[in-house]
Amino acid sequence: MSEQKQQLAHHEPKHGEHQHHVTPPGVYVAIFITLLVFTALTVGASYVEMGVWNPVIALAIGVIKATLVVLFFMGVKYSSKLTMLTVGAGIFTFLTLISMTLADYISRAWGLW
Amino acid sequence: MSDSPVIAHGASEVEHHEHPAYLRHHFESVEQQADTTNFAMWLFLLTEVMFFGGLFTAYLIYRNWYYPAFVAASHQLNIFWGTANTAVLISSSFTMAMGVWCAETRRKGGLVLCLVLTFLLGLVFLGIKSIEYSEKIEKHHVPGFHYSLKSFLDPDSDEAAKAAGDKPLPLDVARHTEVYFSLYFAMTGMHALHMIIGIAILGFMIFRARAGAYTAGHVTFVENFGLYWHFVDIIWIFLFPLLYLISRHAN
Repeated sequence: MSEQKQQLAHHEPKHGEHQHHVTPPGVYVAIFITLLVFTALTVGASYVEMGVWNPVIALAIGVIKATLVVLFFMGVKYSSKLTMLTVGAGIFTFLTLISMTLADYISRAWGLW
Repeated sequence: MSDSPVIAHGASEVEHHEHPAYLRHHFESVEQQADTTNFAMWLFLLTEVMFFGGLFTAYLIYRNWYYPAFVAASHQLNIFWGTANTAVLISSSFTMAMGVWCAETRRKGGLVLCLVLTFLLGLVFLGIKSIEYSEKIEKHHVPGFHYSLKSFLDPDSDEAAKAAGDKPLPLDVARHTEVYFSLYFAMTGMHALHMIIGIAILGFMIFRARAGAYTAGHVTFVENFGLYWHFVDIIWIFLFPLLYLISRHAN
């Protein structure tokens, strides 16, 4: 009986690949609360003097929040490989473009100051 | 939306098998149709990433160039309203996510409620944004002929500048605060435009949901709109720290 149950449980995800994944509300509630906590954290951190680390921490918290939204609210964690590849390609292209542009502007006056 | 007569004629010659009304003929199955539209929605969002990415890049470059002006100008933003709006937008993303769940589990009443809440929270966001904009208009911080440098040349005359402990900027430095506000209005304005478009679509969806359109097994439209709404939320998640928070202490 229990073996049969195990087998069934084992087969479920395989079957689920073709079916639509439904994220349970509990996950949404947990992510919602986490996002609010991180918002409070980033506002609190902005009142602490940390010099160059202030923007770094603010952006790091932003990245964490955005990742949670993409993975759970937008359901990428449970989506097809095609969607994951699309999202990954978008992030990669964006980071490439922004880092190359910033590297150009920052290095133009290299050694002249 | 409707098949042309020619296609309908062609289709009638093929053996017509049973399928749900919402499955278009050029798709093999409902899953394939859902995957395809989902992929298309993500491709659209990637173009949006590139669009806002350009604005973010411009902001970072100018902040690097005109750093003292950007610091002083960002002290003019109200952190209370910014934080409130972040909370409002995250809540609207949550209600939207719950709406998708209601559609997937065929809860019509719940879906309508979630869509209405998302709609209202979107309006609250725009309301708070308009309070902030009107403050900028009153202080003549809108770039253009009426732009005023008073808050930056004489910080003691300005409550926000005084509270942040700003020192008077030289005229040539102070003039660059206008660049900050140009980018502020461009970025928050484009974000607000996306909100307005989203709210308009939500209004349409509320009527369709009341008629039971999304709770009969075909949830693609709700899901893809959810992706759009969450994307707009993500843009704000980055706008908020970049515009409001990161220059609090830099003097």
